[in-house]
Amino acid sequence: MSDFKSASLETARHISGRALDLCAMIGHSVMQFFGSVGRLTEFAGKAVAHVFMPPWFFKQMGRQFVDIGYYSLAVVGLTALFSGMVLALQSYTGFSRFNAEGAIANVVALSITRELAPVLAGLMVAGRIGASIAAEIGTMRVTEQIDALTTLSVNPMKYLVVPRVFAGTVIMPFLVLVADIIGIFGGFIVAVFKLGFGPYTYIEQTWNFLEWNDVASGLVKAAVFGFIVTLMGCYNGYNSARGAQGVGAATTNAVVSASILILIFNYLLTQMFFS
Amino acid sequence: MTEATTKIELRDVRKSFGDKLVLRGVDLKVEKGKSMVIIGGSGTGKSVTLKCVLGLLNADGGEINVDGQDVCKLRGRKREEQMKKFGMLFQGGALFDSLPVWENVAFGLIHGKRMTREEARVIAIEKLKAVGLGEKVSTLLPAELSGGMQKRVSLARAIATNPDIIFFDEPTTGLDPIMADVINELIVQCVKDLGATALSITHDMASVRKIADDVAMIYEGRIIWTGPVADLDHSGNPYVDQFIHGRADGPIGRNTAI
Repeated sequence: MSDFKSASLETARHISGRALDLCAMIGHSVMQFFGSVGRLTEFAGKAVAHVFMPPWFFKQMGRQFVDIGYYSLAVVGLTALFSGMVLALQSYTGFSRFNAEGAIANVVALSITRELAPVLAGLMVAGRIGASIAAEIGTMRVTEQIDALTTLSVNPMKYLVVPRVFAGTVIMPFLVLVADIIGIFGGFIVAVFKLGFGPYTYIEQTWNFLEWNDVASGLVKAAVFGFIVTLMGCYNGYNSARGAQGVGAATTNAVVSASILILIFNYLLTQMFFS
Repeated sequence: MTEATTKIELRDVRKSFGDKLVLRGVDLKVEKGKSMVIIGGSGTGKSVTLKCVLGLLNADGGEINVDGQDVCKLRGRKREEQMKKFGMLFQGGALFDSLPVWENVAFGLIHGKRMTREEARVIAIEKLKAVGLGEKVSTLLPAELSGGMQKRVSLARAIATNPDIIFFDEPTTGLDPIMADVINELIVQCVKDLGATALSITHDMASVRKIADDVAMIYEGRIIWTGPVADLDHSGNPYVDQFIHGRADGPIGRNTAI
């Protein structure tokens, strides 16, 4: 009887020990998550505050406008073109089932301006720019170049972070505006040359149907996504761990976190604009 | 009398990373115009001490006075102003790889001292000459230079703003003995010409004997011996003796890294 009692006590102790370990693990993860959110928020706050405080490094800013804006035009343009073309094709095959082929121009215009252009451009720029920012700043961290900036009386936030975040936030709406035009043009090509729509009718329908807030909402999203991509690139690079592995991890984290945040903020902004 | 000539003073400086205690109360004085070298094994807290003085790391406790001002309490603009007194030669050079050599040297002049690019370029080329590099090198990128040349460029950058205090982090690491001696001589010459105070960390004993006026030994996060370089060979401290003679046996264990 006493053997049975001691075995039960041992089992109970074992189970409660495992439960405590599990609680500790969950608690640790929760603490780490909120710690990361706090550090990111502090970093974002500092980056935004430094935008309004001199000195400003205009040459750095100009370089970032070219890197983020001009050099992303091709990849964003191609993405928008093929998305517009696929959208026209898919809408036609879907809408023809209930004789609504006439709505293709409207569907393409709305989908491109409100959703596809900003989200796809954001994701493409996250892959191209977010990764390169994280790798560049991460390498600077590992090779002590960021420490060198500090010893030369230059604030790394102002020299490295502000130009990238500012340029990303300002240039993304322009990129998305170009993507809007190219995406709609992609739909136009398929509708006119493959599906037999009249070119003037298609353009007229698009023009008459689109409202300014369809385009504007997409551009606001673009600015937010530009901020997210550059901020995540800078944050992960700035806090990169030592060594090649640290820089690699920073690059991956920058792209993954920016992509997830883009999708989350896309939902939140859509709800804010259209609910 | 001594207080008036003290340039840098560390009092009970402590620093830990998580539960890893690195500095356990460092006390050190560097006299104005003197060259102090901190020696010690890997992982004993040399780099952390230097980074705390520079403000790259925040000390957990203690005081770090530069010209009588506690730099641990400085923030923002005041901290940036304080930084203008400092020059630093990093172990790996830490040159900005996207900028040509002259812009690396002139960086502190253009961005820190707000000089025009033309003025800064003239001074940069003068400083490059002072470290034995010709004007042709000025337009090259750091990646196009050898390790020794990169160290020279880094030294030129450290002295470009005529700082009051220059820090040298392992200045001869990775160099062959001849190039190491050239860099040591340049360091002595530059510090002498500027009349600057120098604080260096190294475990290269040839470098210590060449550039130091005073030496301090750090062990397990504390300064365990300090004195003039002339006393180094008869310090009477078994830890110092073991370290300067590079003996495996002695009071310093083989796994002393903190």
